[in-house]
Amino acid sequence: MSVVAMTIAAQRSPAQERSAPSRRTRLIRPALGLIVPVTLALAWEIIVRLGWTSGRLAPPPSVIFWTFVDLARTGELQRDTLVTLSRVAAGFAIGAVVATIVGAVTGYSTTLRRLLDPSLQALRAVPSIAWVPLFILWLGIFEASKVTLIAVGVFFPVYLGLMGAIQSVDRKLVEVGRAFRLSDFAMVRRILLPAVLPAYVISLRSGLGLGWMFVVAAELMGASEGLGYLLIDGQQLGKPAEIVAAIVAFAIVGKATDWLIALAAAPFLRWEDVVRHD
Amino acid sequence: MLVLDRIGKTYPNGVHALGGVSLEVELGEIVAVIGGSGCGKSTLLRAIAGLDPASEGAVFLDGERIGAPHEKIGVIFQEPRLLPWLKVADNVGFGLGDRPKPERAERVAAALKRVGLADKAGMWPRELSGGQAQRVAIARALVPRPEVLLLDEPFSALDAFTRTDLQDHLLDLWADAKPTLMLVTHDVDEAIVLADRIMVMRLRPGRIFDEIAVDLPRPRDRQSAAFDFVKRRVLAALDRSLDRAAIGAEDEQKAEAGAAMWW
Repeated sequence: MSVVAMTIAAQRSPAQERSAPSRRTRLIRPALGLIVPVTLALAWEIIVRLGWTSGRLAPPPSVIFWTFVDLARTGELQRDTLVTLSRVAAGFAIGAVVATIVGAVTGYSTTLRRLLDPSLQALRAVPSIAWVPLFILWLGIFEASKVTLIAVGVFFPVYLGLMGAIQSVDRKLVEVGRAFRLSDFAMVRRILLPAVLPAYVISLRSGLGLGWMFVVAAELMGASEGLGYLLIDGQQLGKPAEIVAAIVAFAIVGKATDWLIALAAAPFLRWEDVVRHD
Repeated sequence: MLVLDRIGKTYPNGVHALGGVSLEVELGEIVAVIGGSGCGKSTLLRAIAGLDPASEGAVFLDGERIGAPHEKIGVIFQEPRLLPWLKVADNVGFGLGDRPKPERAERVAAALKRVGLADKAGMWPRELSGGQAQRVAIARALVPRPEVLLLDEPFSALDAFTRTDLQDHLLDLWADAKPTLMLVTHDVDEAIVLADRIMVMRLRPGRIFDEIAVDLPRPRDRQSAAFDFVKRRVLAALDRSLDRAAIGAEDEQKAEAGAAMWW
């Protein structure tokens, strides 16, 4: 091999490795993230098993697992998950629909934006939990106040995201629509809607995230069922494993609903020119 | 016939961009408008397109007054402006929304074949090169079969090779249906290669300063002496048009006032 060829080969090989990772690295990379939590969990399990600590306040993974299984076996876990899920779903639906309508009109009309946006921004500055006493006075301690609180939490990210997205639609693409004489309705359907969709999906996902946050707040403040109730129950009866099991359930359901939105939107967002990480 | 009758444009901020441009363009004619930056040539084109209607005067196409985008007028912008969420074929068919699907598909396929991108029909705009994207934009503008095609510095963002390639290609496409072409450019070679007539504009307010007929047979050889001769005439006219001494004191004042906005 000539020197030149060797130099080229030497220069090329690292680049090639980077562009096409081998199967082994592709399997190892995600596993890297598991090393720390799994090691910690194992270590804690071993420490408790060896009797160095009772693990009463911080139960080892095996205890949490069996608590989880027990809760599932009695059907309590499913019932609480379903209750919480339906609260989030109702709050998310109401919050997202209202935010979509308000965000769309304020994004589209300067007059309506000047009229509504300052008040909404002022309301946004209020920490949403601060509404709880008022909501309870107005709507009682049952479902209505909880759902309202979640809806308020969902509203703001969706509203802000959609309004901002509409305002930042590329003027040049709107002009293409004008040059082809699109009607107002066609302009919305063929240019504005697809243009705002990526930002809208992101705002829905962050809205859903807040929805999950607020359902915990709502359930902590008084509920007889739901995953938040499970947290409180675990605290009052001194069952930390139950608390952690509820947290795990929150994580699973929260992630799953977020994934559902991303999955539903994916076919419409394939055109996006984004950096894709492997 | 496209008739511009004393078109003027004054922006709300007081900038007098265009001061009474009159011009008659025959069907099938290719007219290039050339001039220095800020001479109002894009403003003129946008007024004809109906995107930014003139504040004085009027545009007539076949006797009909144009005040808004018109189905007989197609526009090609400096950038391709493809809709990123539509596949190449759907971008080309964008202006055919009201036609039945089979007809649309057929015309899109024919147009894509004509610009040499039949194999790119199912791709996303992001997957195209700059030259390919601009060819898709040309196909999109031509598919509704406009009578007048307006081009606003359509190749200025492309590299020199792609540019000459697309200039020849544009002429080739023009020969199919021979629409009226009105092209704004600051590239003298481009104007001479394409146009039957070159209008040299003077700035502030934009006005037609000189008109140069290009009587060269097509395809035009960029290296020929005749080409060079026309080029020298155009350059000389451009030089004179940019001579600030020729601009009146009043215009100069306005120029100063609008400078920040204008450049």
